This record gives sequence, structure tokens and C-alpha cells, in this order.
Amino acid sequence: MTQTEWDRDAVTEVIEQKKSMPGALLPILHGIQDRNGFIPEDAVPQIAKALNLSRAEVHGVISFYHYFRTTPPGKRTIHLCRAESCQAMNSQALEAHIQARLGIGYHETTADGTFSLEPVYCLGNCACSPSMMIDHEVHGRITPQSFDAIINELKEMAA
Amino acid sequence: MITVYVPRDSSALGLGAERVANAIQVEAAKRGAAINLVRNGSRGLYWLEPMVEVATASGRVAYGPVQPGDVPGLFDTGLLEGKAHPLCMGPTEEIPYLKNQERLTFARVGITDPVSLDDYLAHDGYRGLRNALAKEPAAIVEEVTASGLRGRGGAAFPTGIKWKTVLNTPAEQKYIVCNADEGDSGTFSDRMIMEGDPFVLIEGMTIAGLAVGAAQGYIYLRVEYPHADVALNQAIEAALAAGYLGDNILGSGKRFHLEVRLGAGAYVCGEETALMESIEGKRGMVRFKPPLPAIEGLFGQPTVVNNVISLASVPIILDKGGKYYADYGMGRSRGTLPLQLAGNVKRPGLIEKAFGMTLRELLYDYGGGSASGRPIRAVQVGGPLGSFMPESQFDTPLDYEAFSAIWAVLGHGGVVVFDDTVDMAKMARYAMEFCAAESCGKCTPCRIGSTRGMEVMDRIIENQDRTKNLALLRDLGDTMLAGSLCALGGMTPYPVLSALNHFPEDFGEKNVAQVA
Ligand SMILES: Cc1cc2nc3c(=O)[nH]c(=O)nc-3n(C[C@H](O)[C@H](O)[C@H](O)COP(=O)(O)O)c2cc1C
Ligand code: SF4
Ligand code: FES
Repeated sequence: MTQTEWDRDAVTEVIEQKKSMPGALLPILHGIQDRNGFIPEDAVPQIAKALNLSRAEVHGVISFYHYFRTTPPGKRTIHLCRAESCQAMNSQALEAHIQARLGIGYHETTADGTFSLEPVYCLGNCACSPSMMIDHEVHGRITPQSFDAIINELKEMAA
Repeated sequence: MITVYVPRDSSALGLGAERVANAIQVEAAKRGAAINLVRNGSRGLYWLEPMVEVATASGRVAYGPVQPGDVPGLFDTGLLEGKAHPLCMGPTEEIPYLKNQERLTFARVGITDPVSLDDYLAHDGYRGLRNALAKEPAAIVEEVTASGLRGRGGAAFPTGIKWKTVLNTPAEQKYIVCNADEGDSGTFSDRMIMEGDPFVLIEGMTIAGLAVGAAQGYIYLRVEYPHADVALNQAIEAALAAGYLGDNILGSGKRFHLEVRLGAGAYVCGEETALMESIEGKRGMVRFKPPLPAIEGLFGQPTVVNNVISLASVPIILDKGGKYYADYGMGRSRGTLPLQLAGNVKRPGLIEKAFGMTLRELLYDYGGGSASGRPIRAVQVGGPLGSFMPESQFDTPLDYEAFSAIWAVLGHGGVVVFDDTVDMAKMARYAMEFCAAESCGKCTPCRIGSTRGMEVMDRIIENQDRTKNLALLRDLGDTMLAGSLCALGGMTPYPVLSALNHFPEDFGEKNVAQVA
């Protein structure tokens, strides 16, 4: 999916469904990102209009929250935990392995569009550190070997 | 029919619990054994996850950690009869780690099917609400005050006093907001409650609504917890269908509605006023206080904001009485604290105990020392804004006042263990980096100070002008302590300066430096 390709009907549907909730902006942004993978810049005017906000206000909210993104992610998003409990279990070595293995840094997507890598500060999985989340699933006690196995399995599924 | 339990807790799933559950189904079918597979919460014995339990005539028997490949062998040796196997831990309730706990808030977690209302009711659920419905609002608040419960989200403010303010502030509309942002690294007790016993949180919030006269509640849940989102929504639906939520709670004519709202990955949105801004659809900027949220909170209305554990402790208080709860604990820290033991530790997990146990007992009697087998050098208690504590402080009792007396914090009860390979200067740098990444930007000491702090730490680590830069680091710390609106900027100096004070050798200093 490219920056300009996004589902206008889905966005309109989300907005119509949620615009009368008290404090509707975050639920709308979540709805759009869930359906679309990201929040397209050119959906902002429509969101702003529906909620009677300025475009700058909507932009301001999108940019404040780390989770919202305005560019398309890879097929799978890997959130790697950078916080203390995972550090205590060697997450820095794991981080180096993952970045080398995927050939990308944080906030980047692999050239084939398969994986995006994002940092996260704790997944509540600290008793099983080090941790990462792929899309909505947490993985614990990750080693470089188990990371490779998970990635290979996902690649096979995609192929 | 034999009941087998495999957790649906997300950490257990992250270790393969789903595949274990499938393998058990397949193996049972192959052998023609009729089983009832229940997906429970986690008991919190995480080194044993995925932990499988089997109900036998003499109680539940535990096996762990189980991988899918272990399943055929487990069936061969008599898993369904609770028979011996190298992975068998014996009767679950007799495992010392669990047996020695005092589980009040976590009484049902790991035992019941989290989204079964019948199971909840069969295990003393909704008794607190029934008692609350028979009481005047002020009497409910009185019970909570008598329990001595203090906020478990970090600041330890007395819950009863907060509720009383909201009760006594007249308004058409009031709100109960549950702070389920659980941003503190090293903590997972909120997640375990929401995934493992969501009804107890719903019941606690409903009681809070009755106590202060609020008909609407919001659970502000961090987006990193999708399984909690699912469990909460399933439980809310079931409670609504059975009349425990809605316009006429158990025929009392009282109303209470509940909705889950998702955060979007901003640590500062765990701060209660930023959280309310976020629910209102804005950037999570911290508000000036006063006005207190209890007087002018969400959408400008009187609002109770409480942590998940605070609210989930209310049902047992209303069931058994404030005094029952207050009989646990020490000093002004009443009741129990669910501690979360994580990091480099042999037996990580959830330990709910009355206040007063020492850190050392937690680390060694429960935790079994480090996972690596090397000496434990430091622990960070109370999340990313908590102090690092050296071995000389391990005899401190887990008590709010005992911790603050040594410039440390219990906070939300997270304990992260580091062995002797840790570089404390790097941990101090990380604390500054985290503050810079998560600052809401409202105050200069936090926004600019944390970025400067990172640079100063880089120079210290590279051994440039060390004496001058260490003095600068202390100055920055003082400025942030004094000039920040909230604890993000105001407490980042705790991990930074505690690391420097207790581990000066990692900062290239020989002598024990001044204590802050
Ligand atoms: C930066 C920051 C982050 C916070 N994060 C949380 C959090 O994730 N969960 C929480 O319950 N309280 C958090 N708090 C504390 C809340 O502001 C507030 O004190 C708490 O929700 C009140 O509930 P309690 O009295 O039941 O603890 C945070 C505070 C600050 C300053
Ligand atoms: S201390 Fe930091 S996070 Fe807190 S209000 Fe100030 S700038 Fe915002
Ligand atoms: S610190 Fe990594 S999951 Fe909590």
C-alpha cells in the first residue's frame, strides 16, 4: 500500500460510527489505524470537519501519541521492548541482533515491506523478559535463535 | 469429565500456551479422553508458565513449564490423574511461592475462568456490590476509609478521602475513571487482573459509582494490552446482560455504565490529568492542580481517578469489611500489595503479600536470587521513576514510609532485578532518555533538562570533564526535582541520582558521594 492508497469508505464509516461519542477523537484515530494500518494525512480534513476541530488540532493529537502513524507499516509490526526489566535480561544484545537481521533501525520498514520495527517501553510481560510484540501478540523470553525461528515462520506464512 | 486449565494470560500465550492448549485437545481426542479445557488467568508463577493444571479429587495439580512437545509424554505418565512427571509441581496450592502469599485482591486470579460470570459468582463475586447496595453512599466511603486503602497507582493517596471529596461535590454528572495505563516498566499486576479476573475491577468501579453518585465509568487502557481489552469487553457485556451493570443494577434503580477507552502509547497519559485530557480527545498534556480532578475532572465534572489495583481491592473490602483489610499490613501501609518481581531473577512473578516483608525476602525467598546465577547488584523498585537500591538497603520493609525515608518509592509495586553485569551509568542515562522521549513538554526542566541530562551522561560515560559534568548532573537533578509539574520530570532524578549515590564507581568516582 502506498501513501495515497487508502480506503476512503472505511474512514468515513469509522467517523460516522464514532463521532458522537464524548471525546471521539482517539476512538476515531484508533478505528482508522485498525482498518487501514495508518492514518492518512489527507483523511485529517475529514476528521477535523466531523468533530468541529481545526486540522492543526487533529495533527497535534496524532503527532503526540507514539502509537499513531501516518505512513503505511510493513505487513507485520514488531514492537521491541526497550525498558528496564528487558534490559536486565540482555535486550540490548537482542536489539542489535534484530536490527542486523532485519537490516533496519527503529521506525523503519524492511525493503520488501514485510516487517516494521518500533520501540516500546514495557509490554507488561516483564516476568518473561526480554519481550516483543508482533502485531497484537506478545512473545517472551526471546533469544536471537527464537527470534529467527519466529521470523522464518512468519515469512513462510506470508510466502 | 476432567477439567484441565491452560492460561489465556498474555504472558503465558507469549510462551506458547495456545499451542499447548491445542496439543492437549488433540492428545485427549486421540486417546478418547473427555476433558473440559478451561482457559484461566495466570497464577503468577511465571517461571512455570505455560503452567497446566489438572483438577483431581484432592485438588488441582500443576505442571510447568509445559511445551507442546511435552504433552504426549505427560499423557503417558497420567497427566489427567495428576500423576508424577518431571514437570509436575505437585498440588498447586502447596507450591510455597503461592502458599505463602496473602491473596486478597488476587483471590480468584488463575483459579476461575476470567470471563465466566457464573464462575465469578461461585467464587464470592459480587458479594461486595450486594453489601454496597444496602448502604448509604457515605457508609460505603466510610468502609473504604476504614480499610486504610491507599492508591496503588504510585502516589499512595488515601482512596476513601478522594471518594469523599467527589461524594461531597454536587453535580449532575460524575465519573469513575480507572487508570489502566500501567506504563511503569517492571509492572504487570493491572494486566493480570484485567485478563485474569476482569469482573473484580468492574465490581469495584460499580461500587465506586454507587459511593460517589457517578453513573458513568471509563477504563483508560493502554493499547499494548489487547488481551485485556478483549477480556474486559466480554466481562462488561456479561455483567450488563445479567443486570450487574446498566440502568437498574440488580433491581435497585441505580445506574452504572462502563466503557473501555484505549490509550496510544504515551507514558505521560498515566498521569491522571493527562489521562483525562486524552479521554477528552486531546494531547496528553498535564493540567495544573488545583482544581483537583475530584472537583473538576473529566469533562469538567467531579471525577474519581483510581488505579486498577485500588479499584479491584474494593470488592473484598465491601464484602469482608474495612477492618478485615486493614488488619493486614504495617504502619500506615494497610492491606496487601501485589508485588511484581521481574528482570534478572530466577523465579519472576506476582506476589501479593501484606505490607512489611523485606525486599531481601522477596528477592531471595520468593525470587530465588538472580536468573544468571550471578550476585544481585541493584534493584529498581517502583517503575522507571523509582530509585535504584543497593544490597545494603535490601532489609528495608516493603512499606510506603520506610521507602520514602531512604529516598526510594514503592510506587505500583514493580521490582526489577539486575545482576553485577549492570552498568549503572548507562541506567542513569536511560532514565534521562526515557524522560526526554515521554515528556509532555509543558515544563522546561523536564523537557530541556532531560535532553541536557542525556548529553551530560554521555560525557560522563566518555570520561570528559568528569568532575564538572557530575556537578552539572546534580544541578540538573535539583532543577528537575523542584521545577516540574508532575512526577515524570519531578522524579526522573530518583533513578539518576540514586544510581550515582549508591554506585559512584560506575560514574568513575572512588568515594561514596553525598546522599541526596
Ligand atoms: C508520569 C506519570 C505516569 C503515571 N502512570 C500511572 C499509571 O500508568 N497507572 C496509574 O494507576 N497511575 C499512574 N500515575 C499516577 C496517577 O497520576 C494517579 O496518581 C493515580 O492514577 C491515582 O490512582 P490511585 O490513587 O488509585 O493510585 C502516573 C503519574 C505520573 C506522574
Ligand atoms: S514534568 Fe514533564 S511530563 Fe510532567 S508536566 Fe512537566 S513537562 Fe509534562
Ligand atoms: S520491561 Fe520489557 S516487558 Fe516490561
